[in-house]
Amino acid sequence: MRANGRKRWRPVTDQSKFEAHLDPGFAAEIAAEVQDGDRLLGCLQCGTCSGACPLSMYMDLTPRRVIELTRAGARDEVLGSYTIWVCASCYACTVQCPKQIPITEIMHAFRRRAFEAGVYPKRFTNPVITRELVAMAEERGRSTESWIAMKAYLRTDPLQLLKHAVVGLRLMLRGRMSFKRESMRDRRQLAELLRAVEAAPAGSGPAPSEPTAHEPVPAAEGVR
Amino acid sequence: MRYPYYPGCSVGGTAKAYEESLLAVLERFDLGLDELDDWNCCGASAAPSINEDRAIALSARNLALAEERAGDTTPVDLLTPCAGCYRALLAAQWSMAEQPAVASRIDGALQAVGLRYDRRVRVRPVLDVLANEIGIERIGDAVTRPLEGLKVACYYGCLLVRPNATFDDQHNPTSMDRLMEAVGAEPIDWPLKTRCCGGSCYGADPFSGTTPQGALSLSYALLREASRRGADAVVTSCPLCQFNLEAFQGEMTRRFDSPIDLTVGYVTQFVGLALGLPERRLGIQRMLRWRLPEREPVAAEGGVHARA
Repeated sequence: MRANGRKRWRPVTDQSKFEAHLDPGFAAEIAAEVQDGDRLLGCLQCGTCSGACPLSMYMDLTPRRVIELTRAGARDEVLGSYTIWVCASCYACTVQCPKQIPITEIMHAFRRRAFEAGVYPKRFTNPVITRELVAMAEERGRSTESWIAMKAYLRTDPLQLLKHAVVGLRLMLRGRMSFKRESMRDRRQLAELLRAVEAAPAGSGPAPSEPTAHEPVPAAEGVR
Repeated sequence: MRYPYYPGCSVGGTAKAYEESLLAVLERFDLGLDELDDWNCCGASAAPSINEDRAIALSARNLALAEERAGDTTPVDLLTPCAGCYRALLAAQWSMAEQPAVASRIDGALQAVGLRYDRRVRVRPVLDVLANEIGIERIGDAVTRPLEGLKVACYYGCLLVRPNATFDDQHNPTSMDRLMEAVGAEPIDWPLKTRCCGGSCYGADPFSGTTPQGALSLSYALLREASRRGADAVVTSCPLCQFNLEAFQGEMTRRFDSPIDLTVGYVTQFVGLALGLPERRLGIQRMLRWRLPEREPVAAEGGVHARA
């Protein structure tokens, strides 16, 4: 078994998956949700995405493997990976993919599922910032960089706050950072808009109620 | 002429100098900015990770405001300085154009709050307006103090050309290089011009404590390669790129092998300097480090740069 000739007994740790552990509908679910997502079914496994990705060396699963695991239906592995949070959404993979798979958008679809299932790494900066920024954008209509950074540091690694205090101070002295929380004026309109979007029938099929005059809705369009 | 203007959240904070220099340069060509009234944050790359429809709605509201602001003209050129905002606005446009179901949901929601988006907006990043509206030649003609001898690395960043490129080549954009040449600088040959700076997390090191050196190593690779190739400065056109490349150079020097000390500025600042605009109006005093090779003093009157 070993190269030096001595066989050593080891308990078998079986990492193989059984079909019962897989979710065969996972790929189809993603394919239906993301625009042009069905292209992932035609992935060649060429690895161009992993090569183009500037961060793949920091990922536990490379983008290529994420796509293959998705096709295999390994939902838990994909949603539980660091990969989907290491992704910086730079679209390098997407524009290089020979099959034009919208990989970055697929990553976003994974994140939405991971958030819903609550399986994201709680002290990882990317999910923390994502939630803080969007909450701020939706509630106040503006995001304030200093607050996002502060909250992110506090929730992930408070020591970072001290480490970056000097940079923060230098920015403040130059008028580039303040702790005044920005806000838009008509926050009610924004809240109503977001509520109206949520209320519109989501997921499958066009909204049945009143298609607008200048944008008729073809009946055949099933996926969003 | 005044462009409808969507500033985004960064120019109110870390990227103040970008707006200041943009205004100064535009003014030189009798152009101005008309900030959208009560615009809202686009949600950057983060919003689609929470909810796609709401992400599109955030940008759709801004698109509707731009049309409202511009009146009946078509197309409405909406200027935005931030590559993150640019991508979000484009994504909203494309989703609404290509996915009728999404379009009807968003249109319905806009209608419910008394807004309307007629697909008349063209989203224009600053570099696009400089290179294709004002024109590289015209800017070159207006130069009074050419940036002679200044070697620059032109950094486009990721979202200005990806996932779709509206005004330049996706894999090898050149408009910034040509612009810098026109103002007398010397753009270096640099293959990393569209490589990600890791800054999509608002300058925070997204891997602190978890994956050491992650994002920082991306911006370090960019800066080290730029200095190895002899650049005096990195020219950016995105608030996040600029901040990410400028603010953590001390940290990079501590963590990696070669010390990094490079000036990182906005494209409008370099153009402004060449146009002879005063440094104060270009927000140079706001930069964390700003060291360019000495230039000859301004020619006294008339503004024409006298060559030695």
